[in-house]
Amino acid sequence: MGAALARAGFRRYSTYRQATLAGLSTNIVFGMLRMYVLVAAGAAAGGVMAGYTVPQLGTYIWVGQGLLATILMWGWTELSDRVRSGDVVADLLRPVNPVWTYLATDLGRAGHAALIRLLVPVLFGALFFPFYWPREPLSYPLFGVSLVLAVLLCFACRYLVNLTAFWLLDIRGVVSLWMAAAGVLSGLYFPLAFLPGWLAAILQYGTPFPSLMQFPTDVAVERGGLAGQLERIGVQVAWTAVMYAVVFYVQRRAMRKLVIQGG
Amino acid sequence: MSESNTVVAVSGLRKEFVVYKKTGRLKREKTVVAAVDGVDLRIERGEMLGYIGPNGAGKSTTLKMLTGILTPSAGEVRVCGLEPVPRRIALTRRIGVVFGQRSVLWWDLPLRESFDLLRHVFRVPADEHAARLRRCREMLDLDEFADTPVRQLSLGQRMRGELTAALLHGPEILFLDEPTIGLDVVSKQAVRSFLAETARRGDTTIVLTTHDLADIERLCKRLVVIDHGHVVHDGTLDALHHRYGSRRQVVVDLEDPWSGDLDLGGAVGEIDGEDPRRVTFSLTNGASTAGELVARLATTVGLRDVSIVEPDIEDVIARLYATAR
Ligand SMILES: Nc1ncnc2c1ncn2[C@@H]1O[C@H](COP(=O)(O)OP(=O)(O)OP(=O)(O)O)[C@@H](O)[C@H]1O
Ligand SMILES: [Mg+2]
Repeated sequence: MGAALARAGFRRYSTYRQATLAGLSTNIVFGMLRMYVLVAAGAAAGGVMAGYTVPQLGTYIWVGQGLLATILMWGWTELSDRVRSGDVVADLLRPVNPVWTYLATDLGRAGHAALIRLLVPVLFGALFFPFYWPREPLSYPLFGVSLVLAVLLCFACRYLVNLTAFWLLDIRGVVSLWMAAAGVLSGLYFPLAFLPGWLAAILQYGTPFPSLMQFPTDVAVERGGLAGQLERIGVQVAWTAVMYAVVFYVQRRAMRKLVIQGG
Repeated sequence: MSESNTVVAVSGLRKEFVVYKKTGRLKREKTVVAAVDGVDLRIERGEMLGYIGPNGAGKSTTLKMLTGILTPSAGEVRVCGLEPVPRRIALTRRIGVVFGQRSVLWWDLPLRESFDLLRHVFRVPADEHAARLRRCREMLDLDEFADTPVRQLSLGQRMRGELTAALLHGPEILFLDEPTIGLDVVSKQAVRSFLAETARRGDTTIVLTTHDLADIERLCKRLVVIDHGHVVHDGTLDALHHRYGSRRQVVVDLEDPWSGDLDLGGAVGEIDGEDPRRVTFSLTNGASTAGELVARLATTVGLRDVSIVEPDIEDVIARLYATAR
């Protein structure tokens, strides 16, 4: 079942060619802007900022741009829309927990995004800007693992945000909060290492956000060597487990107070 | 009682909704609305039941509780021997559901692929799936639009897809909430014949809500009428006619104007309209049959023309809704 749904998710996005193209160009343009700012800052700081060399910053930015679309940090309200319209009945009339059906579909989507929305910006960045290719061959599969974990984790976070629709119906406030928090705290805007050490540590261990962006990109630029990579992946695994436990718990509560809208 | 033959057993079913009304700048008044208010219902295997009632009567709310997607406020519910809400996942394999205004199909996939995904989701063996799909394709003419994405289908086309989707896993009971809403005459006919044929095969129980009384006449032997959350009638359509005294009528054209003083075994003639030679007789139960009446008329007064008018279902339903209020 999972494979069939994932294939459907993949195909669904592959039919939206124009949207993919538009998203891709936006990502690249923003990548270039971030590049100019950070490279200028890096040069002013004498070539190394918070332990990142300029090529590492390049990789950090281009991988980050690709990740943004692959984990789909923003703009997923399918579940809450369906709760609001009542269409969520269709999900509940199937012999599978909706978490799994949505997740399977999302993995298909992420696969499509990884092929286009991640690969293309990375190649573009590597071609036209300073770019750090991982030295160790092991870093490539490790990045793959870290990426999959980020996708799983991000799905759980988005799903949780959407679940609030069972209580609120209008979840725009929650979505804004999530967008702001995820944007700043995940390391999308700047590497969290730019922050004071104690604050970065709190964020990295105490919140799931860095596991979404900061950690996969750090794995890609081989920060902290193998030990650093494994540590980050370990934190990602822990947060993923925690978030799925929360998702299942909250969904059980939601089912109890479920009111299907409309008749 | 053999549990195996009772598909739905409901007693004292209630659903209350809390509605907040704004009464002032900050004050909200809380009122409790009982959408379903003490429904008792028993449905046996193979029955085809029309669940009707005016807008807001509580039909959809009842079906939501029977299908496990809405928790009852009180009462006992068993569908296929299961308590719907706690056993929702197990129940989904044994029931088929169509909510007329909702879609269970994947919006951006063609019907064909939606059906295929459903096979995976419900884990239906490929040969069973193929056999059921073949029957639906033939009876509902799905092939013309099987490759169109669902979002581009017309309402009637989509509804045929929904019916198919509801049946592909071989449910024991089908819950249909207004399956003919918004369909044209041809599509309605197609859906009705399909349901009639499904019912004829015997082992699928069907519960149908509708505002189209032709659906009821054509399909449902048993009629459960609900109003304000109460069951106000449970029986055949004939029983309903009987209860509201709606009768078959015999309309005759006579050779001469009607004088009204004949003994016709309890049938009372009335002239409605201009023509004193056109008389309408209402047949009361227990009194003479149409045949007897016509025979008697033919021997006593000259008879030119006869027609028999069946009782009007709209009429009796309207009367029922009006008195239940
Ligand atoms: N989520 C809800 N919150 C508050 N009241 C509700 C809710 N859902 C239904 N109701 C109320 O419950 C009553 C029954 O609604 P229901 O949808 O079951 O009617 P229905 O018989 O299906 O009507 P229709 O023929 O119009 O579809 C209505 O008065 C409706 O306003
Ligand atoms: Mg309804």
